[in-house]
Amino acid sequence: MATRTEDGVARGGPLARVLVYGLLLFAAAYFLLPLYVMLTTSFKTLGQISGGNLFALPAPFSLTGWRDAWSSACTGSDCTGLQHYFWNSVAFTVPAVLLSTAFGALNGYVLTKWRFRGSEIVFGLLLVGTFVPFQMFLLPMARVLGMIGLDNSVAGLTLVHTVYGVAFTTLFCRNYYVAIPDELVKAARIDGASFISTFRYVILPISTPILMVCVIWQFTQIWNDFLFGVVFTSGDAHPITVALNNLVNTSSTGVKRYNVDMAGAIITALPTLVVYIVAGRYFMRGLTAGAVKG
Amino acid sequence: MAASSSSGDSAMPVRRWLDRWLPKLSLVPSGVALLVFVYGFIGWTIWLSLTTSSLLPNNTFAGLRQYEVLFKLDIWWVSVLNLAIFGVLYVALCLAIGLFLAILLDQKIRAEGWLRTIYLYPLALSLVVTGVVWKWLLNPSLGLEQFVHSLGWTGFSFDWLINPDMAIYAVVIAAVWQASGFVTALFLAGLRGIDSSIIKAAQIDGASLPRVYLSIIIPSLRPVFFSAIILLVSLAIKSFDLVIALTGGGPGYSTWVPAIFMYDFGFNRGQIGLGAAAATLMMAAVALAMLPMLIAELKGRRDGHKN
Repeated sequence: MATRTEDGVARGGPLARVLVYGLLLFAAAYFLLPLYVMLTTSFKTLGQISGGNLFALPAPFSLTGWRDAWSSACTGSDCTGLQHYFWNSVAFTVPAVLLSTAFGALNGYVLTKWRFRGSEIVFGLLLVGTFVPFQMFLLPMARVLGMIGLDNSVAGLTLVHTVYGVAFTTLFCRNYYVAIPDELVKAARIDGASFISTFRYVILPISTPILMVCVIWQFTQIWNDFLFGVVFTSGDAHPITVALNNLVNTSSTGVKRYNVDMAGAIITALPTLVVYIVAGRYFMRGLTAGAVKG
Repeated sequence: MAASSSSGDSAMPVRRWLDRWLPKLSLVPSGVALLVFVYGFIGWTIWLSLTTSSLLPNNTFAGLRQYEVLFKLDIWWVSVLNLAIFGVLYVALCLAIGLFLAILLDQKIRAEGWLRTIYLYPLALSLVVTGVVWKWLLNPSLGLEQFVHSLGWTGFSFDWLINPDMAIYAVVIAAVWQASGFVTALFLAGLRGIDSSIIKAAQIDGASLPRVYLSIIIPSLRPVFFSAIILLVSLAIKSFDLVIALTGGGPGYSTWVPAIFMYDFGFNRGQIGLGAAAATLMMAAVALAMLPMLIAELKGRRDGHKN
């Protein structure tokens, strides 16, 4: 990868190097600044926020913002903090991620290794489907969820996220499996392996990287979703993203509590941030796979 | 494999039948979901946009009346104009920052991995979180403005968030912060894919560094520009979460975009037909943005490059 840069497009004196590093560090500061302000503000007291400097470190260090955001801040008329909504998000994100990944792997396997007449059309339809704005699905989905009794429920959100996630996971897996030599599958079939055992013993063992990409991509998308959450649920069944927005826009006493807002924002962001830090390279691979489709 | 290889002769027809049909059967759940929840719903929404549906959906055909009403609403045109301003600035700034940072990162940088990780993390955040943070940073009385005041420049004013003429630009700031690291990563991948021998040849011929970039490297990044633009345009058209969290569409309607229009008319104001018409136009806009890519893809297939 770095072969070209070794020869160096880059030349130039030490001054140019200093400039390049300076600009890169400035950019890093620009990207990190909101995170820094979010963290420091969350540990400040209200007095420090209204009287102090935006970039100052918290002194004294206060956990009030975090405690309130988790267990007692008001999100609309309900004043029990974000904890309930955090677990709501966990409750639909985990099954939706697992289900959409499983279906995606199966679909990708069939579409590359068991092609049949029309399988390219199925894939084409799926590909086009990934570009359609979700706004096209909202009104009918609200009706259907109402008809089957899943409106305003965690189960309903699980269904919605699974359905619209499968298109992406299928795309990722299909593009990964297409690069696996067909001979591998053919050899297994000659040895008498069935459709299922070929998947189980030939495909699955070499699928770890792409399954990671699917899981991480889906987790980020589904956890961070706001649109489906705000349209298909109300009150008790809200995901954490919607609850955070309500928390920020509810001021029970008329005083904006920015430390609570920022703590709430970090609580909402934490799961996906942790995943990003732990498995960043898979995250990037999912992004480029999603960007350069087909 | 052990289990299947032990199947006797009598089981063979069943096995063959299973191998023939199981692959297709396993696609059925996803296929049905695709037909119903994607294509069925697209048809359903288009149909709703052609009916008199208001508080409840109905099937009374009304032709293009909803679209006529839509086109007479100021608030729709405010939304469209905002999307145009937002979309152009968002795409242009993300591309400029992304390309610039990618070129800098491509200069044999120590700790490149660290910098890349820092540049990209905003994309892992929910847009609601991004909106909440920037709402705080751009808060006129306590945020960046107050900080500049404390440095002694008391005349400094930065009230974009509460200024109806400027609020949409505040949305641009937050959105560009969120996505420019991603565009950087795309460009960096593109830069790494360029054949080094061409560049070396140009340098031996005496081409200066800026000249090498302008006439060789940047033109060969065309495909990256292409996919980045398509991606950013479709993200811009769908933008909803960030605007809701940052400005709530306000002050007044000043930061409404079509996605907010669709949500508000379709779900809050009981104007299902209008909401459906707005959604349909959003899909048409995305389709228009995709068209160049589809044409290029089809051309590529005809020329014999298949994936």
